[in-house]
Amino acid sequence: MLQRIYDWIDDRIDITPIWRDIADHEVPEHVNPGHHFSAFVYCFGGLTFFTVVIQILSGMFLTMYYVPDIVNAHASVEYLQSEVAFGMIVRGMHHWGASVVIVMMFLHTLRVFFTGSYKKPREINWVVGVLIFFVILGLGFTGYLLPWDMKAYFATQVGLEIAISVPVIGDLLGELLAGGEIIGAQTLTRFFAIHVFFLPGALLGLIAVHFIMIRRQGISGPL
Amino acid sequence: MSEKNHNVSRRQFLTYTLMGVGGFMGSAMIMPMVRFAVDPILRAEAASDMYELTEVENLTDEPQSFPLSFEQDDGWVTQQVEETVWAYLDGEDVVALSPVCTHLGCTVSFGGDESNPDQFFCPCHFGRFEQDGTNVPGTPPTEPLHRYEHEVRDGIVYVGRPQSQQ
Ligand code: HEM
Ligand code: FES
Repeated sequence: MLQRIYDWIDDRIDITPIWRDIADHEVPEHVNPGHHFSAFVYCFGGLTFFTVVIQILSGMFLTMYYVPDIVNAHASVEYLQSEVAFGMIVRGMHHWGASVVIVMMFLHTLRVFFTGSYKKPREINWVVGVLIFFVILGLGFTGYLLPWDMKAYFATQVGLEIAISVPVIGDLLGELLAGGEIIGAQTLTRFFAIHVFFLPGALLGLIAVHFIMIRRQGISGPL
Repeated sequence: MSEKNHNVSRRQFLTYTLMGVGGFMGSAMIMPMVRFAVDPILRAEAASDMYELTEVENLTDEPQSFPLSFEQDDGWVTQQVEETVWAYLDGEDVVALSPVCTHLGCTVSFGGDESNPDQFFCPCHFGRFEQDGTNVPGTPPTEPLHRYEHEVRDGIVYVGRPQSQQ
């Protein structure tokens, strides 16, 4: 049955080459942990992507209950965590996943650095990688405010002070990020918008560019 | 099994095991999120409290509207909400009707239509109900007005939630 549905679609729009391109792509021996176990270091890029997918999925589900409003934000997080079935798990995935992404991304960066994979002709992909790094730090920073508890509030205060310490434009930058002069209602909605729309959009775009470039240039050779 | 007699090829074996393990891991990831999302429909319905509506002596044998104010739990929010209840005496019995039209939910009122002063009338699609809530055949509503569960204690009428009469 499934085969017939597949064939029907494939007959018309020829989808086989799309997934064949990925499925038949050869994994070179020097990056295959089956050949040399130490090649597991090449998995960290994929693991970073995997945790990003978990963050996006769990984050989408959290927004079913979360409200970015200073009166209700904390109550909604408490409700989704303690009253909704599996709330503790779904919030836990997002909470711990946020740290796991950063660890994986860091290990991936170390692998690229120590295998010298950033050298010509892959300099542009290193730059894209650094942009991804900043976008993910931004997701961590903006997400941290959302539960609207003490830890969230003071972490954001410190983060904003850091932005304000930038020479010349610091004060303006701080006010722009906070959406006003205090950390309040407007900061929360702003951080929420940045956290769930702007940065995930930018992240997906950058990841697409990252992967397209990898397919064009191939993985870097053995040491 | 002899070497030549393989029913399952190496490729098939790998496909099945990898899909099986992958599917298992994937569902372990997705299942909590799905259960989280469908929680509202699996929640046990909270038993409804009874709220004071009015004193029995205020009721006559003609429906009158009374405001009903009660606390409603809604996720992380608890708020005071207002509803209208139409109540009258049928002999000794109290009848308390909900003014939510059973066609598409507009609000009915008793005597709202001048040519049918002893019926409930819905202005949206001209639905009509008898005084006891029975829908008038030939008008859009397909079931009677819902009735509030109620009890009378010490001369005071308490009501719960409206119930369908079907
Ligand atoms: C790489 C991507 C992401 C990272 C690193 C990240 C990071 C974070 C962090 C650190 C928190 C605070 C959690 C806590 O203190 O328990 C948070 C909260 C939140 N995030 Fe994300 N996030 C990401 C993607 C997303 C996406 C794509 C969405 C929605 C589409 C989202 C929605 C939320 C929501 C609604 C909250 C508040 C609920 C809560 O605090 O548990 N996140 N995020
Ligand atoms: S909603 Fe009352 S008649 Fe249609």
